[in-house]
Amino acid sequence: MLNIEQIRKDFPILERETSNGKRVIYLDSTATSQKPIQVIEAMNDYYRRSNANIHRGVHTLAEEATTLYEGARERIAKFINAASSREVIYTRNTTESINLVAYSWARTNLKAGDLVVLTEMEHHSNLVPWHMLQAERGIELEFIPVTENGLLDLTAYAALLTRSPKLVSFAHMSNVLGTINPAREIIRMAHEAGALALVDGAQSVPHLNVDVRELDADFYAFSAHKMCGPTGIGALYGKSSLLEAMPPFLGGGDMIKEVKLRSFRANSLPHKFEAGTPAIAEAIGFGAAVDYLKAIGMDNIAAHEHEITEYALERLEEIPGVKLFGPDANHKGGVAAFTLEGIHPHDVAQILDQDGIAVRAGHHCAQPLHEKFGIPATSRASFYLYSTKDEVDLLVNGLYKVKKMFG
Amino acid sequence: MDDLYREVIIEHYKNPSYRGKLDPHDISFADNNPLCGDHIQIDLRVNADGVVTDARFDGHGCAISQASADLLLESIIGKSLEEVKKLNKDSVLELLGIDLGPVRLKCALLSLKVLKAGVYGLGEASDDLVE
Ligand SMILES: Cc1ncc(COP(=O)(O)O)c(C=O)c1O
Repeated sequence: MLNIEQIRKDFPILERETSNGKRVIYLDSTATSQKPIQVIEAMNDYYRRSNANIHRGVHTLAEEATTLYEGARERIAKFINAASSREVIYTRNTTESINLVAYSWARTNLKAGDLVVLTEMEHHSNLVPWHMLQAERGIELEFIPVTENGLLDLTAYAALLTRSPKLVSFAHMSNVLGTINPAREIIRMAHEAGALALVDGAQSVPHLNVDVRELDADFYAFSAHKMCGPTGIGALYGKSSLLEAMPPFLGGGDMIKEVKLRSFRANSLPHKFEAGTPAIAEAIGFGAAVDYLKAIGMDNIAAHEHEITEYALERLEEIPGVKLFGPDANHKGGVAAFTLEGIHPHDVAQILDQDGIAVRAGHHCAQPLHEKFGIPATSRASFYLYSTKDEVDLLVNGLYKVKKMFG
Repeated sequence: MDDLYREVIIEHYKNPSYRGKLDPHDISFADNNPLCGDHIQIDLRVNADGVVTDARFDGHGCAISQASADLLLESIIGKSLEEVKKLNKDSVLELLGIDLGPVRLKCALLSLKVLKAGVYGLGEASDDLVE
């Protein structure tokens, strides 16, 4: 069990008030999580004590900065149980990680008519890179359907696999429905059909125990900012055999072994994919975030979120006019997307904000999924390790207030 | 912040006077707010002197976007198209009587954007119209 009171003390922002004197009730961790003091301090310390550009420098600061930067990579690799830190490439975020695969791997390996299988519950970041490739290369796209209760239709998936796709790319956990997809099963089926599997782990790595080797994922993408880390840094995990064979993504300094006036030789992994001065402080913050989560324990975090989510779904269901989207608490993470009959999600979010309650309103970068359910937008409350049942109660009270206002 | 849902806004949202379509019409234009999927269509009737004689809006969206459309149309009936072209962000905020942050401003200004794109006869509504 988590010591919530202790954990909340680690997050200074949870103590602040809004302009009208309300304590912030942060129910928007799916968009980005709050940051514990340990992460903030790690980045501050780096700027105060060790700031220097990494790799080629031989002076004390450069040595320290490089050690911190690479040390973080090693801990991130262990966190997802990668075989080696060479398999963890720093990117800006999940979106860039997916684009890296689309640019480097897919543009080398896919040709007109080749099939990529996605799902109907994808975030735009796992749709648009493939749309772009479709326009450029004439690849084909198919989508695993989402059932009425927010699960992937694996029978339909099996049927798509008979068409021998080259790649299956899917979200481990949906940022709208909260659905935790059976990643191991999806990957196993992909491999049996001869396809590679890319997993969008933006929502899973922050909330679940993720083991990329147990999953047998070929690529796995995630963002630091959703897991207590800073913005501006994320990671792409890739099996080294695949990464070795892929051409570089961006060209420039750091990603080279040797440059001649008319040619270059690419650096070895992981540097081959990291051109230019990277987000050094952010990488160090990412490492601190992983340490923080690990110390608390991902299984403890998942159990806490499950308890809060179960409670939230139960309480939200009581409210007349509330319609919840996605599966029951046993199949989902800490996300509750809903509509309130006759009231636009923007108005819901805005009125809740008057009480300091932060929820998100809109299509949450999953427009096709909303279209599928026939709604332009939803309100979404999401939970993390610092969320409490009290906060759920305040949300529910706030929703009654919204109803009264528009009643 | 409580001001955001002033009586007048809720009232215009719940009981709009200018909701609907005009058939026939002289000007019609529609657009979305890509951030939240709000949609507004505006139809106008304009007489030989270039004066707006009737107006309607249709679509869906939050209270701010729908109320501002209703208030905006109410304010332009009897005005010339030249006057309509001069309307800007401040005109809408004055009608609503509230201050808005950058996100909700987009909701409030969607109807003006649609209106001006229609009046100018543009193919596409751009944010420049409501600066
Ligand atoms: C499922 C999912 N995929 C991808 C992303 C994109 O993450 P980022 O904006 O950090 O690249 C998000 C973030 O909202 C997400 O929830």
